[in-house]
Amino acid sequence: MGKLLEVERLQIAFRTDQGDVISVDEVSFDIKAGETVAIVGESGCGKSVTSLSLIGLLGKRGYVRQGESRFNGFSLTKASSAELRKLRGNEISMIFQDSMTSLNPVIPIGEQLEEPIRLHLHLSRQQAKAVALDMLRKVGIPRPEVISKEYPQTLSGGMRQRVMIAIALVCKPKLLIADEPTTALDVTIQAQIVQLMKQLQASDGTSILLVTHDLGVVAEMADKVVVMYAGQVVETADVFTLFRAPQHPYTQGLMRSIPHLNRDSSKRMDAIAGTVPSLQHMPTGCRYHPRCPHAVGRCREQRPALQNVGNEHLVRCWLPSESVPPTVKDSLAGHISGGAV
Amino acid sequence: MTLQAEIISRQTKNELLRVEHLKTYYPLQKGLFSRPTGHIKAVDDVSLTLYKGETLGLVGESGCGKSTMGRSIIRLEQPNSGRILFEGEDITHMTVKKLNVVRTQLQMIFQDPFASLNPRIRICDALAEPLVVHKRVRRSEAAREVEALLQMVGLPRSTGERYPHELSGGQRQRIGIARAIALRPKLIICDEPLSALDVSIQAQMMNLLQDLQEELQFTYLFITHGMGAVKQMSTRIAVMYLGKIVELAPTQQLFRQPKHPYTQLLLRAVPSPDPTLRSANEYIHAGDMPSSGEPPQGCRFHTRCPYAQANCGVVEPALTEGEHAVSCHYPLA
Amino acid sequence: MMRRYIFRRLLISIPVFFGITIFSFLIMNMAPGNPVDMLINPNIPKEMLEIRKEMLGLNDPLYVQYVKWLSGLLKGELGYSYSSFASVSQMIGERIGPTLLLASTSLVLGVLLAIPIGVISAIKQNATLDYVLTGLAFLGTSIPPFFLGLGFIYIVGIQLGWLPTGGMTTLGGTGGIGDILVHLILPALVLGIAIAGKKVRYVRASMLEVLQQDYLRTARAKGISELVVLHKHALRNALIPIITIVGTEIPLLLGGSIIIEQIFQWPGIGQLTMEALLSRDYPTLMGLNIVAACIVLSTNLVMDILYAIVDPRMKYS
Repeated sequence: MGKLLEVERLQIAFRTDQGDVISVDEVSFDIKAGETVAIVGESGCGKSVTSLSLIGLLGKRGYVRQGESRFNGFSLTKASSAELRKLRGNEISMIFQDSMTSLNPVIPIGEQLEEPIRLHLHLSRQQAKAVALDMLRKVGIPRPEVISKEYPQTLSGGMRQRVMIAIALVCKPKLLIADEPTTALDVTIQAQIVQLMKQLQASDGTSILLVTHDLGVVAEMADKVVVMYAGQVVETADVFTLFRAPQHPYTQGLMRSIPHLNRDSSKRMDAIAGTVPSLQHMPTGCRYHPRCPHAVGRCREQRPALQNVGNEHLVRCWLPSESVPPTVKDSLAGHISGGAV
Repeated sequence: MTLQAEIISRQTKNELLRVEHLKTYYPLQKGLFSRPTGHIKAVDDVSLTLYKGETLGLVGESGCGKSTMGRSIIRLEQPNSGRILFEGEDITHMTVKKLNVVRTQLQMIFQDPFASLNPRIRICDALAEPLVVHKRVRRSEAAREVEALLQMVGLPRSTGERYPHELSGGQRQRIGIARAIALRPKLIICDEPLSALDVSIQAQMMNLLQDLQEELQFTYLFITHGMGAVKQMSTRIAVMYLGKIVELAPTQQLFRQPKHPYTQLLLRAVPSPDPTLRSANEYIHAGDMPSSGEPPQGCRFHTRCPYAQANCGVVEPALTEGEHAVSCHYPLA
Repeated sequence: MMRRYIFRRLLISIPVFFGITIFSFLIMNMAPGNPVDMLINPNIPKEMLEIRKEMLGLNDPLYVQYVKWLSGLLKGELGYSYSSFASVSQMIGERIGPTLLLASTSLVLGVLLAIPIGVISAIKQNATLDYVLTGLAFLGTSIPPFFLGLGFIYIVGIQLGWLPTGGMTTLGGTGGIGDILVHLILPALVLGIAIAGKKVRYVRASMLEVLQQDYLRTARAKGISELVVLHKHALRNALIPIITIVGTEIPLLLGGSIIIEQIFQWPGIGQLTMEALLSRDYPTLMGLNIVAACIVLSTNLVMDILYAIVDPRMKYS
């Protein structure tokens, strides 16, 4: 399978009055056709910024300072804004977290959906309408003829997110960037939306770049996982390897700090101490060392690089996997393999 | 004294809060001259009891009325009917003056502590204020007490000199907790205290709340939409749906053997953090939640229930008595 | 739904209208002096003055005067001027046309100036162009209209001789539409600039707020060109609050035109108001007041309905 998207040592900066602030540094990953890759991390880790940079939506202040991203071999970093516009909504499309604010409140839903259809598929108003209604039906909107005349705020959160998905997928993009697509939704609605995305992906062969903080959704959807911390990729692996044997202390900590349903709730939570560093005050050496329980002298001084620990499993850590105390691995494996309720 | 009477007396002794048939409605107003056309029945005839030292989890999806429930108990919303008894005293219609005294025993932690912190007041002053107003300590001792509070919630002493905007979300929530515990209340209502926080910070906060409970014998009403968090925190759990409690049981029982189909749906919908258990293509046919302005007739869940029978749409089931209470005509075995 | 909303808004206007009539009647009667006293001339015997007052109904109790005046008002009769004895409704009728023409032209001109200036300075926020445009707008609000009017008359009218400096038609001319338009340019421009100066800030602020919205990012993610994003997705949202703000401009506009009509000798109700004020001509003043109130009431109504049409978020309450 060929690589659909290649991201290579991307560095993204934002211009501020006090000079440039580097928000994302040394981010590399790739996505094959039909694959789902998840970028996981906490707020401020740079996962959204990375995804927005791919389609040139960083805004006025943000820009790619170093590195490159390529889509089917075509450089997205060097592309003109007109070239990017032709890709957006067509070959690469995006869904956002908050469907309430991400849909225009004064334009009927149908019209918002017809926009990319007419723009990219060059259809007449009449034909676009038919395609739009068809798409609404496909994402599970009941009575699409009626609903398409409604405004976003009259729909429920789940219905609005279905509309967002319809807008993103109507031109059959090769890559869908889904930025926290289920975060604003209730858990029963989230399950429906995840299923819908998987269904549409299976029928159209779309690749998905899933940006999320929710490891449950990652386990449910992703083939490959990119874990980000403080603007850097700290670990990359296929989803099974990552959940079975996470190597980076941050990934391990993240997995243990989630209250799984099958966890023994009489035990205290294993929390990661401290807080995420701010962009202006990045720690020297490994960015995770102030919070890392295994940090040694070298971690404070030298920046680790992403290393391949086998089978395309990359880890940015000075400690070889053997040196991570076995108790950590055991306790992790214990509650991961415990089975769902 | 018969055994039963003894149990009852022991229970009433340990009882901290009792809510009876509580209803809190919001009017649905349309137009200037037209009367309210209906009501959002945010809390619709809910009864529950909190015992000293326990954590009662109140879980449900957005719009189920769990937050209104919490706000009604502390009288931030005035209930339309029903009774709230705190330590045996009816506070449902208590005057503001008397209520302020009771509120020293009854505190709340909010989802967004930033919204309730005055941006122009330093943290130490914000924390000292209730201490002095309610005369828990003398003014001269307030500074030392604030330091102790900061230490209790795991913040460095220097935090007191800062202003709210200088703190991270997790630090702000710690301040929110410090403020809630400052007067050593008996009951703390935690309204989605984790939702605005990052995953790694959520775990810290759960530990903090549990440590404080152990140390100071608080009773919690823990309101959340997270099934994992509610399991970690609670002794008993009440599941709410469209303004009603549909199931109430000790935590382990509820998770091991949910009796209400809605509880089952909630548990199944939580994605498991194990890719090997990925649900192949099991589509959850659950539809949307109906509006609490016009809740369905009969059992409110019947429109989404996979096991619904004909009478579910006609007769509203009552919440059963007993340790594992459920409101369903055909509870799951 | 919409029809009911309009009907309700109309119903609300009725008590407001009566409130205005009572209020303006009382204010006018509380004001010291009456026209008969003003005519005091030692040569006129006291009895004559009394007869005159009786004729004018000035000796009736207040509520009788009000009811008489109100019943006339409802028939479209606003009474007779104390000073010229002409029918007030006729006088106003003759002059309302020019005023409405001037007011509406300046309003349209002001809005047409304010929207592009506000939008451009919002898009170019903190760039040089933004500073230049907001600076100009500030100048527009800070120069009093009468001063600007006199300046225009001097430079454009007298020095350059491009445009007439006063009146609505050329004396002895044909009085055709072209002639009126030429006379309209200067006063409308003066009032329009004053309006635009104030509105630019609102348009800019509203547009800045909309430019932050997530739905613009969605629109861009669809591959829509920046021009369409701004025009179709941003402007539509940004202009909704402007409608209300424009509505609030109308009473100010009617007040402001009094002075401008004086300066440009525009034969509207502004001049009439001035004359009536100086001669304490109550029936005329009250008539003018009522007419102005009606204009404000009805334009507010139109604005509210317009708002309801363009903003689907509005819940008709």
